[in-house]
Amino acid sequence: MNIDLSRRGFLRLAGAGVAATSLGAMGFGEAEAAEQAHVRAFKLATTTETRNTCPYCSVACGIIMYSKGDVKAGETAELIHIEGDADHPTNRGTLCPKGAALKDFVHAPTRLTKPRYRAAGASEFQDITWEDALDKIARAMKYDRDANFIQTNEAGVPVNRWTTTGFLAASATTNETAWLTYKTVRSMGIVGFDNQARV
Amino acid sequence: MTNSWTDIKNTDLVVVMGGNAAEAHPCGFKWVTEAKHHRGAKLIVVDPRYTRTASVSDYYAPIRPGSDIVFLMGVIRWCIENDKVQWDYVRNYTNASYLVREDFGWSDGLFTGYDEEKRDYDKSSWDYQIGDDGYVLTDPTLQNPRCVWNMLKAHVDVYTPEFVERICGTPRDKFLHICGMIGECSTPTKTMTSMYALGWTQHSKGAQNIRGMAMLQLILGNIGVRGGGMNALRGHSNIQGLTDIGLMSNLIPGYLNIPTEKEADWATYMSTRGFKPLRPNQMSYWQNYPKFMVSFMKAMWGDSATAQNDWAYHYLPKLDVPAYDGMRMFELMAHGKVNLYFCQGFNPILSFPNRGKMTEAFSKLKLLVVMDPLATETSHFWQNHGIHNDVDPAAIQTEVLELPTTCFAEDEGALVNSGRWLQWHWAGATPPGEAKHDTWIMAQIFQRVKKLYQDEGGVFPDPILNLTWDYADPNEPMPDELAREMNGRALRTVYDLKDTTKVVAEAGKQLANFGQYRDDGSTMGGCWIYAGSWTEDGNMMARRDNTDPDDTGAFLNWSFAWPANRRILYNRASCDLQGKPWDPSRKIIEWTGEKWEGYDVPDIAVTAKPEEVGPFIMNPEGSSRLFSRGMMRDGPFPTHMEPFESPIANPFNARMRGNPVARVFESDAEKFAEIGDPEFPFVATSYRLTEHFHYWTKHNPVNAVLQPEFFVEISEELAAERGIERGGRVRVWSKRGEVWAKALVTKRIRPMQIDGKTVHVIGIPLHWGFMGAARKGFGPNSLSSQVGDANVETPEFKAFMVNIEPSAEEPVA
Repeated sequence: MNIDLSRRGFLRLAGAGVAATSLGAMGFGEAEAAEQAHVRAFKLATTTETRNTCPYCSVACGIIMYSKGDVKAGETAELIHIEGDADHPTNRGTLCPKGAALKDFVHAPTRLTKPRYRAAGASEFQDITWEDALDKIARAMKYDRDANFIQTNEAGVPVNRWTTTGFLAASATTNETAWLTYKTVRSMGIVGFDNQARV
Repeated sequence: MTNSWTDIKNTDLVVVMGGNAAEAHPCGFKWVTEAKHHRGAKLIVVDPRYTRTASVSDYYAPIRPGSDIVFLMGVIRWCIENDKVQWDYVRNYTNASYLVREDFGWSDGLFTGYDEEKRDYDKSSWDYQIGDDGYVLTDPTLQNPRCVWNMLKAHVDVYTPEFVERICGTPRDKFLHICGMIGECSTPTKTMTSMYALGWTQHSKGAQNIRGMAMLQLILGNIGVRGGGMNALRGHSNIQGLTDIGLMSNLIPGYLNIPTEKEADWATYMSTRGFKPLRPNQMSYWQNYPKFMVSFMKAMWGDSATAQNDWAYHYLPKLDVPAYDGMRMFELMAHGKVNLYFCQGFNPILSFPNRGKMTEAFSKLKLLVVMDPLATETSHFWQNHGIHNDVDPAAIQTEVLELPTTCFAEDEGALVNSGRWLQWHWAGATPPGEAKHDTWIMAQIFQRVKKLYQDEGGVFPDPILNLTWDYADPNEPMPDELAREMNGRALRTVYDLKDTTKVVAEAGKQLANFGQYRDDGSTMGGCWIYAGSWTEDGNMMARRDNTDPDDTGAFLNWSFAWPANRRILYNRASCDLQGKPWDPSRKIIEWTGEKWEGYDVPDIAVTAKPEEVGPFIMNPEGSSRLFSRGMMRDGPFPTHMEPFESPIANPFNARMRGNPVARVFESDAEKFAEIGDPEFPFVATSYRLTEHFHYWTKHNPVNAVLQPEFFVEISEELAAERGIERGGRVRVWSKRGEVWAKALVTKRIRPMQIDGKTVHVIGIPLHWGFMGAARKGFGPNSLSSQVGDANVETPEFKAFMVNIEPSAEEPVA
């Protein structure tokens, strides 16, 4: 069931190629060149294809993302189209009304593009650099942990827990993000740790 | 899911109860359509609303929110009474014949051992009778009145069709029709599948709802077979993975546990995890717990975890309460006991109940850090948005950092779907602006905190300073490095356990499976159930061979399924006691006389003799449990409990409120409406729409156009009773808050007769807030109560009480 011919190659063929070849086969040799000159190639033929899965529900439909530029080659890549992956056993190319509009989720007007800070009592955000934001977080954690970490309980048993800082983990990050988050949170002794499984 | 999405095509009967798959999981639901068209399968929907799934069903019946246990126990009663039982399965693969202690019992809605003061049970009587040899006493003839089967029969006796009609509001004839359809699946050659979601979990007794159906599936012989199983549809794309990896207060990856402070040392911690078999010859697979645990500790702390220091046992925090789950943290926060809080891709201001309390709690934090691809309500909780977020920013002293993260299109790694498939995906777009990967952000935070401890010292820095961090670039660990770490590798040469001269894995090599994990420190592995996902052969999660021999739906070479690439859990139970498939046309595996083989990875030792070793290898009994001993806090059998807010008192015990052992904080208890409270006469339930995903897609203009505005759904009868116009504006309020919405007046919700009175249900979809592209609105969490399931603290979003009235139209701005 795997499609051996890459979809990109197939699109190229299905575009200018097929039209021209069939004309050529009928003896219109010169027409072929003329046809090739004006039949526009599919836009997707010049894009980079990437396999991904829909980030919404847990059916995890396979999707194909088409981008201008290749992330793997270190290029800047702009996502221009998403469609269902026909090779995927679960969704076989179909997408629901959410998955079908995924590209516009990636480009949502309310996507965040820079770190922001809201001061106590302020009515607006202000910009902050990553450096300053991360230093502020680390300093706040160190301060709170040193002040409130519980090393032993009343019976003198080592309990090494930190309850005054908490962490809510996501539901759509990768396993790999989850593991790195787990390591970071647990090594510090944070017990107020939860994820979206309950809601 | 015990099975997979693609396996649903193998079923004969789909029961959707506690979910709405056609709406919420449309592309997975296609496998129901496939089964209907190609196998002639039937679809039953039981739901308070005539949902989109109901609209394509063969049979629909209404039910009052929060009464599912009554319905399910009623079906079990009917199956027993009408001999719709797969007897060979029940006798051999469940604990039906096991004898229960003489002092166990149930009366007035409560099991033995209840302590009203503590709101807890002493569960010691909820157990088997154990013989002198350490094994459970059994009566294979099922004659002994104390055997599980007879105890179950007595337990469900009260759930007659009349009782179901009275408490659930399901008409008796419809209930009996459904019983008949379900009963047909008790033959070995017919299977039923259960597809459920939050409609079952979001109750104060959610776990017992699910147990109720699991028991029914065991009685019908439908667990471990193709087209059967208990299939939790799961809401988010990687909520399965996050749970597998243990991102919860009390978990260690692979469903191991964070110790409690009663477990003062390693020996004590391990002493209750011996899992000695309760029947002869059983695998009792959790006997391997120490191997998984030691390998986890080695993954975390490497050379700092040694046999001499109990594998750095004290680097782990010890809990003084069952868990610091979300709702406990918000309670602490509301009392000013939490200073810093991180929200990673999570919008709790809308997703946890009692929004008023959530805002109050967040306003008491010193610093809130939000990492998200989107501008969420949580990162803007302090900002005034009129009635939609009526706060005074000047009065909120919480500092907020909003950090932009990548989304799926810009990120690489694995997500785990409902069917436990770990599917790898690749990045195909450049992150916008300064957005960063979560891995980079977490690494930056960790590196900086570590440096502060290195430079300045501080309280117990050891677990931070000694955490394994051997990534090529410590500032940005790569997905492949992290995935390899979870799979596990040999730290020294690993030898075969029986033939100690035989090398299983050389030092430094990736482990092939969790059978290679060791408890002597020679292996490391972050998450034992993921062993096999990244081996010496490479990334198994990235496999894309979609061939499926004989169209069984297994797809063994597509991605990797935990555990051990197994697609159907308990698949040994698809065969009879001699190892032959119950239904040869639906073979998964079979016993060849020497070993197990077939289309799936056998869920049993491949050479385990069928008549000796039971199919439920994780249980010390080797069998499944109709009676769950002390495994759950609220009873070894499901018993009906009303929601905490309900139109009627519990029919067994009028004094009993909600789940008698659910945790209730005082401030939340004050916010419950009284039972039968005339001020809050209507049952509310939350639900989702196919055009939206939680609070994300309202940021997408396309989806915002498809479903632009918040509404509540009511029946024509309720609209007439309250003088509500079709499409008019209404106010809905509970004891905790109020919302304004458009009224969607439909025939999909009908009034029900419950215990002699008319009860109306109001449906409240949950996709609106005050950020994004859609019109500003509200969610059910402005109204719902903050109380959770007694076992897992999932909030009771599916049943609470409200009132409704027509409201003046919103002034045009």
